[in-house]
Amino acid sequence: MNFSLNKDAWDAIGLTLELAACATLILLIVATPLAWWLSQTRSKWRAPIAALATLPLVLPPSVLGFYLLVAMGPHGPLGQLTQALGWGVLSFTFSGLLLGSVIFSLPFAVQPIQNAFESMGVRPMEVASTLRASPVDAFFSVALPMARPGLLTAAILSFSHTVGEFGVVLMIGGNIPGKTGVVSTQIYGHVEAMEYAQAHWLAGGMLVFSFAVLLALSMLRKPVERVLP
Amino acid sequence: MNSADGLRIRVHLARSDFELHVDLDLPANGVTVLYGASGSGKTTLMRCVAGLERPAKGLIRVGQDLWQDDTQRIFVPTWQRNLGYVFQEASLFEHLNVQKNLAYGIKRSQKQGAAEALAGAIELLGIGHLMHRQPASLSGGERQRVSIARALATQPGLLLLDEPLAALDLARRHEILPWLEKMRDALRVPMLYITHSADEVARLADHLVVLENGSVKACGDAQDVLARVESPAIAGEDAGVLLRGTVALCDAHWHLSQVEFPGGFIWVPDKGLALGQQVRLRVLARDISISTDEPQNTSIQNHLQGCIEAIVEDAHPSQALVQIRCGESILLARVTHRAIAVLNLKTGSTVWALVKSVAVIA
Repeated sequence: MNFSLNKDAWDAIGLTLELAACATLILLIVATPLAWWLSQTRSKWRAPIAALATLPLVLPPSVLGFYLLVAMGPHGPLGQLTQALGWGVLSFTFSGLLLGSVIFSLPFAVQPIQNAFESMGVRPMEVASTLRASPVDAFFSVALPMARPGLLTAAILSFSHTVGEFGVVLMIGGNIPGKTGVVSTQIYGHVEAMEYAQAHWLAGGMLVFSFAVLLALSMLRKPVERVLP
Repeated sequence: MNSADGLRIRVHLARSDFELHVDLDLPANGVTVLYGASGSGKTTLMRCVAGLERPAKGLIRVGQDLWQDDTQRIFVPTWQRNLGYVFQEASLFEHLNVQKNLAYGIKRSQKQGAAEALAGAIELLGIGHLMHRQPASLSGGERQRVSIARALATQPGLLLLDEPLAALDLARRHEILPWLEKMRDALRVPMLYITHSADEVARLADHLVVLENGSVKACGDAQDVLARVESPAIAGEDAGVLLRGTVALCDAHWHLSQVEFPGGFIWVPDKGLALGQQVRLRVLARDISISTDEPQNTSIQNHLQGCIEAIVEDAHPSQALVQIRCGESILLARVTHRAIAVLNLKTGSTVWALVKSVAVIA
């Protein structure tokens, strides 16, 4: 038996980390304003948008992957758009994978940030306004710093959830080594090919990684609870 | 009163279960206390003044600054209003230390003399030793003092205080009240102060607005409003008047000070009052008895001759409130209807008011 990782495995790990890092970054940029809007608005669109943003949490990954595949394909609306913009078709590419990951992990980013904003209440923003801070100023100088624990949780959850995703990645990425083959799909490939040793290494790595993330999360949470009343 | 210099507050706000309908012209100096039971609309009114609520119909003008006028479709957002706001509960930014909390408003108000204003506020509220502490490590009283200093440091044209002591226990209140009295005497900035404590009214109010169910029940000089008997501003056990006087004599032998006010003088325990010092006296109706002739053999040393102006029902059917005019001042006495009948007290009767106890507010 060969206990070392081959090139495909290292490629998969590198690709997984790259995908998770990019997805986390995009998610934080997209989810923060969305979470803020959801926490503040009284619009009639709040409920439908909130439901939409939570949908990836309950939808089977294969359903989401299927729709994304259709949409991103040469005849899908998204595919038409990307082709018109000269980006080509996104399915079975890293960009397509990234888009799928962002949508799939959206609730994991939005929920903690929204909770942080909501638990803050309206008072800090009101106080800021009585101290001459414009709404935008108050958002950056009060709301964001106060929501930092929520932002951190969102980043960790987004990252680890993207690392752990399988169904969507398989559907729209196709497990192409070095291009769209991430760790989770690689493990699946190894098992299919009866390469249990390789599967063990990767699966064990994932297990340790996931445990470490959860441990870090729960250790982060404690000091936060002490600060918030 | 010159209305162009004062505070003009006209607000009409209707909610499903509550209506606020207020039209006020307030002086541009001193402390105006908004007094009323909870649910009377005090906080909502103050939030309208600050622009935190937007009433459908409203006119808010502070001196020359027009903050809201619905007829001209003017609504200045809170952050552009030159005000300071102290909330009921501690509202410091938990992610900033005391120094950065104080600096937050100063940085944004960008006014001349910010350093002096900050130093003055720190000195006035005695928080110099707290600068590098985090809000979470402060006591309730310290937090509220920092909140007040933070609002003051922006050099507001109007300071709004929404029950700044309500969230504190009695000991903490007595820790902060002297600071507030100091502020009232040292600062030129007009203040709107919400409370439902009769004690705070007596200590702080120059001007008094009594709110009930969203409308103004009484409004005027605090001394005048408190002396009214028709729909008294403060009823029940706390009913009483406020007298403003000066220390005229200090008797070292008996440890007493004599306070002279328009209409007489009252002996009070000497608590280090200086001759000529301005003091407020709070005289509760329950601490005054009435005699029809000058009392000779009584331990009560403060006797004031006066004339009965009015006799009205009190909260309990056995009791009445008697309004007595002594010179230019008014006293309220609580006596039983039985005593009124026995002594044959009527409007116009000359009586002696026996003042059993007085609270001196320096």
